[in-house]
Amino acid sequence: MPNRSFYHEILTEHNLHPMHKHPLPEANVVLDGVNPSCGDEITLQLRLEEGKILEGAFVGEGCAISQASVDIMLDQIIGQDIEFARRRLRLFLRMIQGEADEAEIEELEEASALRDISHMPARVKCAVLGWHTLEEALDKV
Amino acid sequence: MNPYRKDFPILNQDPTIYLDNAATSQKPQSVLAAEQAFYEQTNANPLRGFYDRSIRATEVLEEARRSVQHFVGAAEPEEILFTKNATEGLNLVAYSYGLSHFHESDEILISIQEHHSNILPWQMVAQQTGAQLKYLECEADGRFLPEKIQAAFSERTRLVAMTHVSNIMGRVNPIDEIVRQARTCGAVVVLDAAQSVPHMPVSVRELDVDFMAFSGHKMLGPMGIGVLYGKRKLLDAMPPFLRGGEMMESVTREGAVFAPLPHKFEAGTIPVAGVVGLQAAIRYLEAVGWEELMRREEACTRIALEGLLKIPHVRVLGSEKAVEHGGIITFVVDGVHPHDVSAILNEDHIAVRAGHHCAQPLTRHLGLTATTRASFAFYNTEEEAEAFVKSVKTVRRRMGYAE
Repeated sequence: MPNRSFYHEILTEHNLHPMHKHPLPEANVVLDGVNPSCGDEITLQLRLEEGKILEGAFVGEGCAISQASVDIMLDQIIGQDIEFARRRLRLFLRMIQGEADEAEIEELEEASALRDISHMPARVKCAVLGWHTLEEALDKV
Repeated sequence: MNPYRKDFPILNQDPTIYLDNAATSQKPQSVLAAEQAFYEQTNANPLRGFYDRSIRATEVLEEARRSVQHFVGAAEPEEILFTKNATEGLNLVAYSYGLSHFHESDEILISIQEHHSNILPWQMVAQQTGAQLKYLECEADGRFLPEKIQAAFSERTRLVAMTHVSNIMGRVNPIDEIVRQARTCGAVVVLDAAQSVPHMPVSVRELDVDFMAFSGHKMLGPMGIGVLYGKRKLLDAMPPFLRGGEMMESVTREGAVFAPLPHKFEAGTIPVAGVVGLQAAIRYLEAVGWEELMRREEACTRIALEGLLKIPHVRVLGSEKAVEHGGIITFVVDGVHPHDVSAILNEDHIAVRAGHHCAQPLTRHLGLTATTRASFAFYNTEEEAEAFVKSVKTVRRRMGYAE
């Protein structure tokens, strides 16, 4: 059996010291995401203006994978337009489903740290919690 | 060296340290062989045929029923009903006894330590009959205090459903006190023995409970076979749970006369191979002996418990004494989600359970959302318990904490 740790530095850093875990009172789009079976719970907060994500943050609790994943996601979409965020989102979900090729995974930068999740079915829902919440939030706009 | 490991093919297949025995146990070769031998040598539909092989299949089924009867100390074999698992047994009591006996003024008492399979059926009965569902709460260490037990009962209590051993705490609950209180108000007692029967001698006669459910697969037996014990006078007066083949004497266009016990509650073809596997599991457990089994499980539990209590930022639920853990060690690691704890242990090839263990009300009652659980069986070794402690010691560091 292979014995390499899934919990490498990118993941543990984003989990222990998330950049974007704080309340965002100026947010104009706020959405809760929950994994009832694990108890992962986040509230995603975005400030959108003219098709752009000006600010973003999250609060909540959950396992390292759910927390790190949403922090990495916010890193990538803050300051970008909504269309960019939607492309990233589709690409990330393709990677998690094991459908993305090497070039596409590279495009995902730090989020590619979660590529091995595609071999851990029980943890997929943790990794995609933030991203699905983002998808729903953008659909509301 | 543990002399039993050679009997379990799966334990010799890879280096996995299997510590999820409270979820399901591994199976010895004798259980697997008994199932296969049934299909190779005896297979026919029992109860239905008038030819030799069907008669033999019927004998095999009824002989296994008597093994189970003696194993749990029931007065007669007709009080042993074969079900799919403990969940089905508890649902049988709820649908058949609960729905036909309760009214708006009645109270159903369950404990906060129940598995969802001993909560949801009673929520259903309460909703459909208007009876009130009440909870008996435990202390933070899992104990039930006599004064709280007494206070939870009223003259309206009609049924109390309780787990013998919680799948999180591992402590043996004071069923004698529960039965004593139940008798004063005429309530029936339903015991969930899924976690006790595989690990200690359990006698329905000594406990004097009215119903008791358990699963074969947690006690070395196959998945898909379980047992419900019920007192004859109660079972006789209850309507069938499932209706169908071999549970009636005669059927007309308008109605049916139901078969006597136990077949009234065994509609459809019973998985006899599973029953025979369960009988082989009972024989295996009896050959090991309770004293030997409990001594081995306690030795592993002690190493795990004492090891974990020494690790900073690790908290163990329940008693501080190994003997009060029934082989179950449930714990939390500060700052690390249980799913991550179990994923890290998995990297060391240690299989433990993480989550709410199908007992969400208890987890919430203790102020937690999820926990990690290691559970031992007699085929686990002290080396495995030591490897478990060693692995837990590294969890925080591997998650990026300084210590």
